[in-house]
Amino acid sequence: MKAIIAFEDGRIFEAKSFTGEGEAAGEVVFNTAMTGYQEVLTDPSYKGQIVTMTYPLIGNYGVNEEDVESSGLHLEAFIVREYEDDYSSWRADKSLKDYLIANNKLGIHEVDTRAITRHIRLKGAMKAVISTDISSVSRLIEKARDYPSLEGRDLVKEVAATTPYTWENDRPKEIIFPDGAIKATGRIRDAQWRVVCIDCGLKYNQLRLFTRRDVEPIVVPPHTGSDAILSLEPHGVFISNGPGDPAALPYIVDTVKGLLGKVPLFGICLGHQILSQALGARTYKLKFGHHGANQPVKDLSTGKIEITSQNHGFSVDAMSLPQSVAVTHINLNDETVEGIEAEELFAFSVQYHPENAPGPHDSEYLFDRFLQKIRKFWA
Amino acid sequence: MPKRTDLETILIIGSGPIVIGQACEFDYSGTQACKALKEDGYRVVLVNSNPATIMTDPETADRTYIEPITPEAVAKVIEKERPCAILPTLGGQTGLNTAIQLADKGVLAEFGVTMIGASPDVIHKAEDRERFREAMRRIGLRVPESVIVRSMAEAREAIASLGFPVIVRPSFTLGGTGGGIAYNMEELEDICSHGLELSLIHEVMLEESVIGWKEFELEVMRDAKDNCVIICSIENIDPMGVHTGDSITVAPAQTLTDREYQRMRDAAIAIMREIGVDTGGSNVQFAINPENGDMVVIEMNPRVSRSSALASKATGFPIAKIAAKLAIGYTLDEIPNDITKETMASFEPTIDYCVVKIPRWTFEKFPETEDILTTSMKSVGETMAIGRTFKEALQKGLRSLEIGRHGLCFDKRHPDIGNIELEREEVIKRLRTPNSQRIFYIPIAMDMGFSIEEINSLTKIDPWFLHQIKKIVDEGRRASSLKKDCLLPENLYKLKRMGFSDRQIASFSDSSPYEVRQLRIKNNITPVYKLVDTCAAEFEAYTPYYYSSYEVEDEARSTKGKKVMILGGGPNRIGQGIEFDYCCCHASFAIKEEGMESIMVNSNPETVSTDYDTSDKLYFEPLTFEDVMHIIERERPFGVILQFGGQTPLNLSKELSRAGVPILGTPPESIHRAEDRKSFQEMLKKLGLKQPSNGTATTLKEAISICNEIGYPVVVRPSYVLGGRAMRIVFDEAELKDFMVEAVEVSEGHPVLIDKFLEDAIEVDVDAISDGKITVIGGIMEHIEEAGIHSGDSACVLPPRTLSQAMIHEIISATKGMAKELGVIGLMNVQYAIKDDTLYVLEVNPRASRTVPFVSKATGVPLAKLATKVMLGKSLVELGFTKEQFPTHVSVKESVFPFMRFPDVDPVLGPEMKSTGEVMGIDEDFGMAFYKSQLAANMVLPTEGNVFFSVKKRDRANALDVARGLRELGFKIFATEGTARFLNQNGIDAKTVFKVSEGRPNIVDLMMNGEIHLVVNTPSGRKTTRSDSYYLRRAALEYEIPYFTTIQGAQAALCAIEAVRGRQMQVRPIQDYY
Repeated sequence: MKAIIAFEDGRIFEAKSFTGEGEAAGEVVFNTAMTGYQEVLTDPSYKGQIVTMTYPLIGNYGVNEEDVESSGLHLEAFIVREYEDDYSSWRADKSLKDYLIANNKLGIHEVDTRAITRHIRLKGAMKAVISTDISSVSRLIEKARDYPSLEGRDLVKEVAATTPYTWENDRPKEIIFPDGAIKATGRIRDAQWRVVCIDCGLKYNQLRLFTRRDVEPIVVPPHTGSDAILSLEPHGVFISNGPGDPAALPYIVDTVKGLLGKVPLFGICLGHQILSQALGARTYKLKFGHHGANQPVKDLSTGKIEITSQNHGFSVDAMSLPQSVAVTHINLNDETVEGIEAEELFAFSVQYHPENAPGPHDSEYLFDRFLQKIRKFWA
Repeated sequence: MPKRTDLETILIIGSGPIVIGQACEFDYSGTQACKALKEDGYRVVLVNSNPATIMTDPETADRTYIEPITPEAVAKVIEKERPCAILPTLGGQTGLNTAIQLADKGVLAEFGVTMIGASPDVIHKAEDRERFREAMRRIGLRVPESVIVRSMAEAREAIASLGFPVIVRPSFTLGGTGGGIAYNMEELEDICSHGLELSLIHEVMLEESVIGWKEFELEVMRDAKDNCVIICSIENIDPMGVHTGDSITVAPAQTLTDREYQRMRDAAIAIMREIGVDTGGSNVQFAINPENGDMVVIEMNPRVSRSSALASKATGFPIAKIAAKLAIGYTLDEIPNDITKETMASFEPTIDYCVVKIPRWTFEKFPETEDILTTSMKSVGETMAIGRTFKEALQKGLRSLEIGRHGLCFDKRHPDIGNIELEREEVIKRLRTPNSQRIFYIPIAMDMGFSIEEINSLTKIDPWFLHQIKKIVDEGRRASSLKKDCLLPENLYKLKRMGFSDRQIASFSDSSPYEVRQLRIKNNITPVYKLVDTCAAEFEAYTPYYYSSYEVEDEARSTKGKKVMILGGGPNRIGQGIEFDYCCCHASFAIKEEGMESIMVNSNPETVSTDYDTSDKLYFEPLTFEDVMHIIERERPFGVILQFGGQTPLNLSKELSRAGVPILGTPPESIHRAEDRKSFQEMLKKLGLKQPSNGTATTLKEAISICNEIGYPVVVRPSYVLGGRAMRIVFDEAELKDFMVEAVEVSEGHPVLIDKFLEDAIEVDVDAISDGKITVIGGIMEHIEEAGIHSGDSACVLPPRTLSQAMIHEIISATKGMAKELGVIGLMNVQYAIKDDTLYVLEVNPRASRTVPFVSKATGVPLAKLATKVMLGKSLVELGFTKEQFPTHVSVKESVFPFMRFPDVDPVLGPEMKSTGEVMGIDEDFGMAFYKSQLAANMVLPTEGNVFFSVKKRDRANALDVARGLRELGFKIFATEGTARFLNQNGIDAKTVFKVSEGRPNIVDLMMNGEIHLVVNTPSGRKTTRSDSYYLRRAALEYEIPYFTTIQGAQAALCAIEAVRGRQMQVRPIQDYY
């Protein structure tokens, strides 16, 4: 079925839908990972965005039940060069097409995705509308222009958990508090450490990696206050990744401010931007962001390079960081801030995704580093 | 970490001659390494015996030793040059093995040479199978169960626990030589005993079979700070059981989820660390059980490999160059990525296209060998194609192969859907046992109604690939049924996006490729060019490395100024290999030197020509008229150079000139005039030159009458082919009949050429340059073997050894006369035969010949560069090349042969070319130069011991001199009855030995027992069935006993033995010769 991608600047791409009729709007970003489309689809950080995969052949290994990073699909639409319906993998249980249809997402292919990527690289991330109703191109361009910009938008509340849960048997398990309020509770599961995870749109692999390290993760909704969090008696607090503009989340920044110094803190991606703000720094929007699984990051403390998984459109302004906060990691491609640390406050964060999924496992050591901080703090 | 300042001189060992399993990819990697080290101010010393390399150009390294790559010779280089370090990981297995031997012998320690990149221990750990397995166990990785055996008895014992089938892998050999799969006891005896002999350490591993598992490769790089990156993943379409060099492969991996891919990535990095490769690139192979994802590690190469070259071309990431930089201390984040300029090499390339590599085999050259693929590599070259989809890349790759195919199917070639009647059983056989044609039988099977499941169970090829093939087949079927309607713009576009060539589309629509092309152009259905940029367009790319695709946006940068396009040689094959790539590279350098823009078109990933910094622009495309024409239309070059890429570009000359493409140099009409019998004859008559009596036939009847007229023996061959394909010496009419059947098939449409065969003539090769006004001879080479042995297979010497001054003058003036008459602009090669002091012209080729690089290395004159400049309009006077060079030193070229790979082939020389590569020996006199050439070709001539003679009657008189000479040097002579009687009658003490058919102990027994050290066996020219002498030659080959099948070769060997007994072999860099 024919479809059109209409960018807000008027550029039009003819394409085909492989998921039937539909229309979707969002900011178009490109992802350069060659594997891991199912993880990308289920990454809540893509809320409000249309993802273009730069690797042209997508769908090759179908989808399975295990490689999911959240409870659903959050992106607005998915663009690939050639959708492969005939998948092959011993783990697959359905095709990507069926998966998208079941989740009511638009899948587009037969389009020059490299041209789209170059368009974004040259002009910056921009909004677009994709539609199988191709009767009026001008309507689509108009609609793309009218689509609210990501800047200033709180998309976290649209993807984050509304009730607390923990992680068991590779799936979420709801925690029922007696009278509904989050407060001190006994051990839900037998683990050495308890980490409260402020869910801004977290990825399940973060919970898998915590669990693997003998941590009991307790995931709480993003609006959970610092008192409620502290009442859970956590050994550490984790602030997850998530979609949208970090500057639109003052309530989470406040929560984090209330936790600083009281408990070790670890932030990833949006969580990193929130922690930075809580420490007094500013964030800004990148031209087209970093979305892929091959971004080189240097750990300034060891000089070692890690190949990282990234997915962000905003970044922390290094100049705005207070003296007490050190830059610990930088991106070797464009030298943007990739990690910070407030050592005295036992708080650190990274802009990229050490939980990968998809992407290299080079940075999982950060979860260990968080546990070292916890041990040291509580020693 | 900045570069090391404690090193001054670094030694690099090349990989020697082109052989199966070790081809020009190591010229590519070695050249990159030399350049990278020189750029950083190091003094680079190079040893490589292969003259046909860019690496051995006098300007690539500071000191270039074209000497045999043996530990003894390299030790002499070390003694002379005193390098601080040796970089062993860029010269293939040969370079690595030699470095290891030097370390083991204590040479490195004696002269204080450090090994950089990988230490001897690391290399042993990766290469020694037992240690490798232990290492894998330590890091929790599974390897196939296996047992190391050192004898057949141990092998029999091991099989009890492993069961059949079992994989046999000899340790320390090239490209899996001698390996194989044994399905029963008999095969085990056969393959295993062979492997034990071949292994450098007489060790063979018997391994649990994981045949049919999915096969993957990862290219890993590591720097001194332990930063590791993966450059590329490769998935083999042909699953485990076929050598990766013989597999059709795809980059990146297509059928792994991120979890599985990352698990493999983790494993590859863990292996790199455990084995301990300090810096550089390695290649790790994995197998995955398609049923449940079980992963096993197959092997690791602690060096830059064939797959690294492929990965470099597939991603744009220059692995060899970076490996060299890492070896001298830089870290990945200190080396800029040339392509993006703003980012560093410390990242993992991501690609936004699909790459397919397809091997090129030459089973047709070895009809005695069955066309089946195993774990021992058989292909002689490869082609790579880039497309935005797998379907596009696969079809582009298949038409790049130059085996007459225009795509996967529907190209009216054999075998194809609709043109072959097959029983199901036959198809099943073709699918089940891997072979060079299997890919073409998949569509046929699909057309016959085999399901994807059935084909998967027969071939074990992953269903994903089969589904892709099915889509091509389905689309082809649809187009066939549409007939003319498949030419409607919408249908055309769809077909082009699936990689269908105009010729395939023409076959659907009963039109001509020309019509299809015109229609496409009219409807704007033409390809766009996309960049290979390492980063999927995330950053701006500066390197103009392009591939075509049917998409929306074109990225080819328009440039002004004079542009010259060079068409390369495509995949390597016997008869067209690295020599032509060498010439194409030189053409490109010359164009740049003249201030013009050079544009390279080629499809061979192993080459220097497809390095992104060899030319100003690189188009990685098939060399077909359709693909080349689109580039010409996009670039509008001032001229196109066809004469350097071998037969491939020349085959396009007619079509291109008809399309109005400006062809530089010798006009295509002249090429045709030289190829066309009649006009050539007229020309010779006009110039008063002789040629052997000859004729041209298109039918058997004509052929018979010509032969009766000129008399047998005759040389017969198809026209318009390279490498003497199907060429034969025919002694009677019965043989002629056999031949004509084959010849007509090979040179479709072109006539068959018949020449009187000049027995016992001396053959001479001449390379010359002409600018249209004057002609200068580049080199005159006298063949060692008599005329009748293909010039690409015979050894030759420069300057000529036995020709009189008068004859040399006659040759020079004949060459100049012909160059003038043909209007040659650029290079010309002439083959002459001299019999009874009469000069005969055998062949004239107004193009670059296989010997151009050899002549250039022997004389120091860059012929290909000069020729290019002449083609661009310079005169030889302006270039300062007006006089013939006659060096006082002697250079010998010797050929190397792949007979070891093809077990049932008779290792005898004839008019059809069989060699894969060449070496050069250079010294003060002929004897030593010939000795070096033999040594470089892995033939160690004995200085004492026993010689065996078995010569045909006609050779006896000459054999007498050789035998006498050897006897005087103290050799003992053995001979078959007839030869022995003759020798004894002539006063040479010779002992009689049984032929194989005469009883035991026979000559083969003696050879097996190590009692024979040199074999001289000249077979009668007639093609006969398996004879006694066949077993003799085969035994010599397999027991590595030097052997000569021509008496001229034996005479040369005598000279060499005399020379080496007289004085020690010395080494000398080519920079000191001229």
